[in-house]
Amino acid sequence: MGGTEILQRLKSRFGPAILDTHERLGDATALVERGSLVEMLRLCRDEPALGFDVLMDLTAVDYLKYPGREDGPRFEVVYHLYSLPHNHRVRLKVRVDEDDAVVPTAVALWPIANWLEREVWDMFGVRFAGHPDLRRLLMYEEFVGHALRKDYPINRRQPLIGPAH
Amino acid sequence: MLGEGSGTGSGQTLQVGVGPAHPAMHGIIRIVTELDGEFIRKADVEIGYLHRAFEKDCEVGGYNNAIPFTDRLNYVSPLINNFAYASAVEKLLGIEVTERCNFIRTVMAEISRICDHLTCVGASAMELGAFTVFLYMIKAREFLWELVEDVTGARLTISYGRVGGVKADLPDGFAAKVTAAFKETREVLDEVHRLLTGNRIFMDRMVGVGALSREETIAYAITGPLLRAVGVPYDVRRAQPHWAYDRVQFEIPTQKDGDNYARYLVRMAEMEQSMRIAEQGLTLMPGGPVNVDFEGRPIDPAAYVDQGKQGKTEGLLLLPIRLSPNLQGQNRAAWEQVNAHDKRVVLPPKETAYGSIEGLMNHFMLIMEGFGIRPPPGEVYFASEGANGELGFYVISDGSDRPYRVRCRPPCLPPVAALPRMIEGQMIADLVPTFGSVNMIGGELDR
Repeated sequence: MGGTEILQRLKSRFGPAILDTHERLGDATALVERGSLVEMLRLCRDEPALGFDVLMDLTAVDYLKYPGREDGPRFEVVYHLYSLPHNHRVRLKVRVDEDDAVVPTAVALWPIANWLEREVWDMFGVRFAGHPDLRRLLMYEEFVGHALRKDYPINRRQPLIGPAH
Repeated sequence: MLGEGSGTGSGQTLQVGVGPAHPAMHGIIRIVTELDGEFIRKADVEIGYLHRAFEKDCEVGGYNNAIPFTDRLNYVSPLINNFAYASAVEKLLGIEVTERCNFIRTVMAEISRICDHLTCVGASAMELGAFTVFLYMIKAREFLWELVEDVTGARLTISYGRVGGVKADLPDGFAAKVTAAFKETREVLDEVHRLLTGNRIFMDRMVGVGALSREETIAYAITGPLLRAVGVPYDVRRAQPHWAYDRVQFEIPTQKDGDNYARYLVRMAEMEQSMRIAEQGLTLMPGGPVNVDFEGRPIDPAAYVDQGKQGKTEGLLLLPIRLSPNLQGQNRAAWEQVNAHDKRVVLPPKETAYGSIEGLMNHFMLIMEGFGIRPPPGEVYFASEGANGELGFYVISDGSDRPYRVRCRPPCLPPVAALPRMIEGQMIADLVPTFGSVNMIGGELDR
């Protein structure tokens, strides 16, 4: 299926929950509402014509310093899906505010979401509701802050962690 | 058999940490296992020991600044990372590279891929006790690293790719050197086949160990040799052809069992296919050494610039310059063969930069802070076939000269995430070949 068809199919099933779509640079992208996210991911995975059986990537972007989007929802959680039978891709995005940075988990659909969501929590501070074990993935437990946020300066020092006793 | 009765039967488990610094772990990773006798009941994998803030570092400088950082992602096949990142930015810019550049990228990426598989199979064989195999494969890797050094100047941290092309053209006589190196590599692979493939001990330790079902492999988003070992012929080089992969012929080897032995067979077969691709690439490569018609003998760059400053610019751009040996392969004729002809993205060749004010200004505008490569605002995802699977770069630009976000989708993260599933119920000694077959590269996993 071409990108346009995939987006058409999603729009016909979810209508208003799809806030925006584009196909710039050949990547079919849909901006979706948080409430319908899991249902949409499930449809993408289970409907034979879409057949997105691989959650290729789950990441987030902090739009705090993006020109033109400083006032909007701060975080955007991005899902890259790929279909092995049909060899097509789609990108789904969800925007969340800083003070309500929670997104429903996709662990039930794809087990790899466990680690990918842990990394988003670690690096951005976006929680995933329903995640069985949301702890940091790359940084150590006592790390303070969320490193990939735009207001985390790259040369910030962390408090020293001494021995346990 | 050894397996039965190895559980203690008492229901108590012993927690053993296969700690971050472990001789059998490829890189730094911590696996906290709960053992019941010899059986692994549960395992938890802790990563992040080699996290060096790649994604944050990419936001600090220009687009080409990120190239040395990408070298250090999958550091056993650095050329693939370079070119994948450069291609992502080129997609964002909407520019096409030259044909010769595509072929060079294909050939060098395949050489890198062979290096990666040699390291993986060699190291995991060594951990099973086959020290000879390791030495033979490292010997083969040396021949390939000599090729890489000829082209890029370094063996590992090569920084060869650029947005819009590559650093320099291939040196003279490269095709002959590749033929010689591949002959040695094929001999080594043949020897390794005879040592390992039917070897009783090797098969006992690898067959049926670390297997993952096809559904689980897909559900864990595992790609690359591990996915092909369960029978799914997914290869980004065939599914979304990029560079010159649609002009060369190659097979996608698959196996069915999905255990460590199947993964070993897939990697061995893939090395032969990579050599095929590289040889075809060198034969089909367009362009080549260009004999420039010039008048007079080459002059030294300082004299060239002086002449320009004095205003004696008539015919100046036609004079050849004796460039430093460090700039081999970057003379104007070669430069224009391997770099896109786009002034906003690619540096001018040295002759133009030294010999004309436009060239100088162009160079300045691309290098100085605040100027540089400025893709239009947008986002792009570019997938390439890394040695471990789909290596994706998700790059977001805000219109300035620095990337807003660079996300590297690491191909070895899914297999390491699925590692607990692969080793649960097996014995602690089975952890070693399983982990070896996953080919976790710390630089790529933790970024």
